[in-house]
Amino acid sequence: MIFPFSLFRKETPAERYRVKDKSDDEGNTVFGRLCFSMFVIICLTCVLFVREYRLQIQEYSTYETKSDNNRIKIVPIAPDRGLIYDRNGVLLAENRQVNALVATPSKSDDIKKAYDEINGMLGLGLDENDKKAFMEQIRQGRAFQQIPVTDKLTEKQMAVFAVNRFRFPEFSVVPKLKRFYPMGDLLTHVVGYVARINTKDQEKIDAEGKTENYAATQDIGKLGVEKYYEDLLHGKSGYRKVEVNNRGREIRVIESHAPTPGNDIYLTIDVNLQKKGYELLKGKRAGLIMIDPNNGEILASVSSPSYDPNLFVRGITRKEYSELLNNPDRPLINRVSVGNYSPASTIKPLMAFMGLNEKMVTTGTRFFGAPYFTLPGSTHKFRDWRKWGHGWMDIYRAIEISADTFFYDLAYRSGIDRINRYMSMFGFGQPSGIDVMEESMANLPSRDWKRARHHRDWYPGDTVSIGIGQGYWTTTLLQLVRAHSILTQHGHNVVPHFMLASASREGREQNVTDRSLIIKANSELNWKVPLQGMYLVVNGPEGTGRRAFAGARYVAAGKSGTAQIIGIKQDQKYNANAIRKEHRDNALFVAFAPFDQPKVVAGIILENLGGGSRFAAPLVRRMLDAYLDPATEKAREEKLRKEAGEGTEENGEEH
Amino acid sequence: MLKNLLRFIKGIKIDTPLFLGLLVLIGVGMLNLYSSSGQDMSMFLGQLRNVALALTFMLILAQLPPDFYCRWALPAYAGCVLLLILVWKFGTVNMGARRWLDLGIIKFQPSEFLKVIMPIAVAAFITKRSIPIRFSYVILAFLVVLIPTGLIVIQPDLGTAVLVAFSGSVVIFLAGMSKLLICLIGGAAGAYIPIHWKFFMHDYQRQRILTFMDPESDPLGSGYHIIQSKIAIGSGGLFGKGWLNGTQTKLEFLPERHTDFAYAVFAEEFGLVGFVLLMFMYLYVLFRSAYISAHASTTFGKLLGGAITVTFFIYIFINIGMVSGLLPVVGVPLPLISFGGTSMVSICAGFGILMSIQTHKEEKLF
Repeated sequence: MIFPFSLFRKETPAERYRVKDKSDDEGNTVFGRLCFSMFVIICLTCVLFVREYRLQIQEYSTYETKSDNNRIKIVPIAPDRGLIYDRNGVLLAENRQVNALVATPSKSDDIKKAYDEINGMLGLGLDENDKKAFMEQIRQGRAFQQIPVTDKLTEKQMAVFAVNRFRFPEFSVVPKLKRFYPMGDLLTHVVGYVARINTKDQEKIDAEGKTENYAATQDIGKLGVEKYYEDLLHGKSGYRKVEVNNRGREIRVIESHAPTPGNDIYLTIDVNLQKKGYELLKGKRAGLIMIDPNNGEILASVSSPSYDPNLFVRGITRKEYSELLNNPDRPLINRVSVGNYSPASTIKPLMAFMGLNEKMVTTGTRFFGAPYFTLPGSTHKFRDWRKWGHGWMDIYRAIEISADTFFYDLAYRSGIDRINRYMSMFGFGQPSGIDVMEESMANLPSRDWKRARHHRDWYPGDTVSIGIGQGYWTTTLLQLVRAHSILTQHGHNVVPHFMLASASREGREQNVTDRSLIIKANSELNWKVPLQGMYLVVNGPEGTGRRAFAGARYVAAGKSGTAQIIGIKQDQKYNANAIRKEHRDNALFVAFAPFDQPKVVAGIILENLGGGSRFAAPLVRRMLDAYLDPATEKAREEKLRKEAGEGTEENGEEH
Repeated sequence: MLKNLLRFIKGIKIDTPLFLGLLVLIGVGMLNLYSSSGQDMSMFLGQLRNVALALTFMLILAQLPPDFYCRWALPAYAGCVLLLILVWKFGTVNMGARRWLDLGIIKFQPSEFLKVIMPIAVAAFITKRSIPIRFSYVILAFLVVLIPTGLIVIQPDLGTAVLVAFSGSVVIFLAGMSKLLICLIGGAAGAYIPIHWKFFMHDYQRQRILTFMDPESDPLGSGYHIIQSKIAIGSGGLFGKGWLNGTQTKLEFLPERHTDFAYAVFAEEFGLVGFVLLMFMYLYVLFRSAYISAHASTTFGKLLGGAITVTFFIYIFINIGMVSGLLPVVGVPLPLISFGGTSMVSICAGFGILMSIQTHKEEKLF
């Protein structure tokens, strides 16, 4: 038979018989092969058994762990940030509930499209930069982590989203706490603000080993108290152990550890005083600070103009930020602890202390105040602020009338090294110990400093200008007021600070700062004389501050200062109207009261306004009234409100 | 009336021991499906329908005498080859492979039919020769095997081609092909593998093999299946996590858990003990099948029965081996356990033929 015909043909019985005939032989062959096959089957079954034994018994724990890692996720819970109050319990920083739209992406291709769609549907107004930032976060994020899209969903947007929710499985709305500053721009430079953690913050968090604690935290303190006390305010994060499916959706909670909220902080600030100061400085480029010299508590600290910290919490736009940055009044500058100014005549009482303590002068010293001071062998005239000079004076009158020539002479005789040593003790050129990061040490000049900075030797002429707080010497308002506070405390340390107390579940803890003696005087008189000089500034017949403090129902003392911004040529007269606004003098005034038992030291700097006694002193007076004699200040305020629009009283310009 | 019905039922030709074994395995598969589908009733009922269809088909095949198969095997085989040629010329392309024939009403893969028809055809061809089979017929028999295999390879569908080729080759092996020839062919195949890898394999096929060697190299891509499957099996331990409690299954980490990876679901929930019991059930069916084959009255029955038995085991071995990471991932379902109608029907068809061999012994006497 020839293949392939045989394939389609029915067998004949003879053929079938032939097959059957040999069937025993054939059966044996097939049976043998069948047996062999069954043997192979048994062997292969054993191979499978060995494999399963290995997976399920020998490597059981490995796979059990992997299985748990698959299904169990640790979801960190951010702690509630501590609140911030003023000294009387007025809320300055709170946490408000907002509705945040978040994405839990599983595949990034789809999310891009969904993001655009949601943005259009809800009218979120997110631009390409937002999208880029969002995609970047997804790229960096851990699997199944919630990535914020926006925090500002309105009721209407929530409703629209709820209806279309099924179309966006990766997106969800979660309630979240967001920082809010009810006082707006009043305390921006004190309280500061929190904002989204950026790459740099994250690096810092990682470097400090706080990664785990910040796993669910989105905002971090960026300025002021919020930044300085970040660790205190933040609290300790908690977590939930949850079972998730392969798309990261939570199926059930296995266990849960609640977070520990951050500590609340009570500030030394008195919001009423702060508001008062803010109103008084409104429209000016100015700084103000009031310290209780007995303990360093800062009662008010105003930097004007200011800005709304809530902008930064919600995420400031590029445009808003560049507006702040390019504002000619520079609201971002902290004029209390960062702005550098010449202290001008305000430091004369401190120089007087140095002179007395170093026996360069005594209470009996008589000095003739000429129109100008010249160095031996030089014709350069260091002019007094009064063209015709002051005539004979002692050290008290020198402070009262702020005689420049007296202090030119004193500084020249003392030399820069001695001045540097004493003024360092008063805290110039040093960190003040204040509890915000935004602090400049300003510049207390020395020979070494000049050589390093200007590659020149120190000249005696440099020292002369230092005597009246000009030249290379710059301070911050904070340093200046701290130095006067130390003066009122007869050399005891005053560490200005914002934190009054912190409160947690365990209780309230008072903030105590150093009060040790840091300047030793040879005689108690060395303290009393300069203070008496400041008393005369406000209360003496020739005092530069006497008009501003007329009729005060407490005894105050103070010192004015008028800092030149530009050098005046030898034969030129300062004329405020003739020079550009930003080159006009800075007005300063520092005062304390009551005289016998000082409860407060206040200082004000007004940029480019003119004389300290004329412009700064009346404002300091009103701040002291507001603190020590609120009734009078209230009456005055009402009177001013009634007269609003009418002319203001004219003051004589004095130094 | 009742008497007639009883007589009819008694007249149904069936091998009860084999039938019971199959029912138990199908029951296990149904329980497993209930768990793997997340207690989805519609899927369960769908599979129940598949089972009913497959068992009915099996009983129908059991009623037909082996002679019928022997007679119609080669024409059916020729028809399949023709269909494969049609696929090659006019088939529908899906995911880069030309496997389907679209008749407008139904779309099907002719290669699936060959899984059943191939051993019958080869057995029918060999039965007419002397046994042990002579060399020249071995060549011809292999030609019968390789023509459709080649047509399936070019689709390309390597998995099916291997299975089809295997089911045919087993018959030739059982027919007593000489051991020397087996060694020679084995050696030639071994030498050919590197050539095939280099010149004839598609990228996705190479990727499968590479992933099999090192699944961790692509944990979220092509390695995901095997990694998750090994985790499911390994975390089952000795006794398993319990029915309906497999976390890999329930939380959907395990892909294709109803179909190809059904064994991973079973192993996660019932552990090594479950594996041993399952293998005993399979071995029971296999030995009963081998018994039937060995006691077949004709050479054709012996060859065909043996081929069905061995092929059935090969499906089991490839599936469990692949799900356990012992073999590369190929699309082979676990017989009687995996969800799906096609596989259930073709497996039951094989057992229907086995029952036919067992129950038609007396007829061959004349």
